[in-house]
Amino acid sequence: MSDRPLILAGLTLFVGLVTTPIWHGALDRKAALTAPPIKLPAQEKQCVAPASYMRTSHMQLLEHWRNEAVRDGQRQFVAFNGKTYDKNPTRTCLTQCHTDRKEFCERCHNYAGVSDPDCWHCHNDSPIASRSTP
Amino acid sequence: MKITRKDFLRLSGLGLLAVAGRKAVRAVAERSSVRSSGQTSAPPAKSVRWGMAIDLEKCRHKDGCDRCIKACHSTHNVPQFADCAHEIKWIWKEPFQDVFPAAQTGYTREFFGDLPVLLVCNHCDDPPCQDVCPVDATWKREDGVVTIDFHRCIGCRYCMAACPYGARSFNWQDPRPALATINPDFPTRTKGVVEKCNFCEERLAKGQGPACAESCEEKAIVFGDLEKPDSEVRRVLRSRFAVQRKPELGTGPSVYYIV
Amino acid sequence: MFMFEKALTGSRKYWLWVASLLLVVLAGSLCYVLQLMHGLAVTGLSRDVSWGLYIAQFTFFVGVAASAVMVVLPYYLHSYQQFSRVTLLGELLAVTAVTMCILFIFVDLGQPARVFNIVLHPQPQSVMFWDMIALGGYLLMNAAIAVVTLTAQREHVPVPGWIKPVIILSIPWAISIHTVTAFLYSGLPGRSYWLTAILAPRFLASAFASGPALLILLCLALHKLTGFDAGREAIQKLAVIVTYATAINIFFILTEVFTAFYSAIPAHEEHFKYLFIGLNGDRRLVPWMWLSVLLSWVALALLLVPKWRTNIRLLVVACLCIFVSIWLDKGLGLMVGGMVPSPLGAVTRYVPTLPESTIVIGIWAIGALMITVLCKITLSVWKEN
Repeated sequence: MSDRPLILAGLTLFVGLVTTPIWHGALDRKAALTAPPIKLPAQEKQCVAPASYMRTSHMQLLEHWRNEAVRDGQRQFVAFNGKTYDKNPTRTCLTQCHTDRKEFCERCHNYAGVSDPDCWHCHNDSPIASRSTP
Repeated sequence: MKITRKDFLRLSGLGLLAVAGRKAVRAVAERSSVRSSGQTSAPPAKSVRWGMAIDLEKCRHKDGCDRCIKACHSTHNVPQFADCAHEIKWIWKEPFQDVFPAAQTGYTREFFGDLPVLLVCNHCDDPPCQDVCPVDATWKREDGVVTIDFHRCIGCRYCMAACPYGARSFNWQDPRPALATINPDFPTRTKGVVEKCNFCEERLAKGQGPACAESCEEKAIVFGDLEKPDSEVRRVLRSRFAVQRKPELGTGPSVYYIV
Repeated sequence: MFMFEKALTGSRKYWLWVASLLLVVLAGSLCYVLQLMHGLAVTGLSRDVSWGLYIAQFTFFVGVAASAVMVVLPYYLHSYQQFSRVTLLGELLAVTAVTMCILFIFVDLGQPARVFNIVLHPQPQSVMFWDMIALGGYLLMNAAIAVVTLTAQREHVPVPGWIKPVIILSIPWAISIHTVTAFLYSGLPGRSYWLTAILAPRFLASAFASGPALLILLCLALHKLTGFDAGREAIQKLAVIVTYATAINIFFILTEVFTAFYSAIPAHEEHFKYLFIGLNGDRRLVPWMWLSVLLSWVALALLLVPKWRTNIRLLVVACLCIFVSIWLDKGLGLMVGGMVPSPLGAVTRYVPTLPESTIVIGIWAIGALMITVLCKITLSVWKEN
């Protein structure tokens, strides 16, 4: 039984590592229990789809937009309320509505512990100053 | 009821497979089912084949002119790297003798050899790059434009090996630090993906011409529909003798050169 | 099932070897992290030479993997009993080599996180798709064969019947993996160094020379370290296989050189010129290519003369010569020679950087570690028998 101290040490280490989210979260005073306020669009009151759908499935919508715009050349999206939008993350999502990805996208993603959307590695993340024609 | 360990493991394994299988079937079904609601179907495209005729004589009028290159690279956020090993170029110039090595002999080389030839992706009719891409990140659209889905590209660079024209560039590093100014209307790319001339397909979608063609003061680049007999590019090809790069390879380039 | 516990007991020398390999793997991993952070700019690759050491190593080790067929075929198809010990070792070498191939491809990718796109969006018109099928299948087959065979030997029972068709299938499959790999290159219209029908036969010939040579060296090393005896006849038969394969490989290379230079077509000539004479002042690869030629002729001479081939010391020299020679030809010359001159005639220097070379050596170390562990397990089982 000369292995016993080794086994116990290993077990303790393992349990400690596996429960890190619990005790680290408890010790972190900055961690909040309530969701952070996200900056909602100033002008637009209606999203491209019902808010409940966006909450559950915005990832799928964005993926469909991406594939349809890039792979099928279909750049126009007609929303459930008849409005037409460009499937463009910079012009539509940011410029038209959400303006600041740090105060909208990242806030929720950070809080929920979901990986950051990496759209902005490539797509411009500053709203485009209004011009007559893009 | 006694169950042996072997049978228990077998049952658990099958159970896991069943769960995984259900997930896989669901995933495949979702992929092929109707996508986001309210999708506008594009109007059925009449058969278009985009092509280009580059008048090398007109291009030579202004020595050292690179308006088209600047227009393209600034429109599309093409980075400028100091190290030419990592350079990215969508449109550039090379000496005639390197572009058309078979089209000249020792004596004609004297005049033509060093003359600059403007190079872009040829948007081939039968592109080798499309054949080799393992993930369908590059393909020829119905309108003839060979395009890249930067989201899908895994950066294997097989397409670069396959291209007989050296038209493709790879992002060996993050391009953004090498961009002096960014056109906010066009995405940059990320490290690890291949890129090339896209025939300005984002401008074509808005009814505009390619940036290179529109920026040329000599009107040396004539862009248009090769399928339309009375398009400007077809008229130009009827009036002057034009060549393609390496036609013997059977790739069917859409870019013609009026020597 | 995998009997890993047998790899966890060993002499001091064994653990020293394993520890040094792990250190090398660590170095390679750190360099790979660097590459993940900064992109492939940390390598010596460029717009003109977009494939280099990584893909070249992949090509070379597919050959080593395919060479297992040279022991499997005589043993299983022709009941050549002298290969009874080395067949399993050959299959373990194949498993190791294919794993290294997969790692080499992975480290070459610009967006490795997206690698599963190959499975999610399969493209049967791309040879790379078939390469994945062939290599993946070969890995699974040989792993299954090795596990089942070794387990049966440990339990002193005959192998289950279902493994026999798998073994028979692995024979043409081995040929296919290296043919498919050659087809990656030999169908590209713009690369005249690769656009040759003889590329696949050349690959196979060089594989059957370098693979069994490595197997001979492995057996002799195991003999020195553990007293394992593969059998004199087995070693000699393998040496004969290497001899024939070396001769055929040299012949194939000479046929290529003839076509290129007798036709005097510039597009065909210039790649050979770049490799063996130099082009535009770039002569970096010239000494290495001539070294490769010299080593292959030395190996052939040592192998052709029976008195020398049966001398174990000279056989070791011959095996090392042919292994290094083919490594230089396939693992360096093939890739750079295919890319230089570029489609626009540019002669671009390619020199692997330190991080790039460290990653390559790290993957070699992973291979060495794998074959060590697999041999340790196998030899432990055989010792107990």
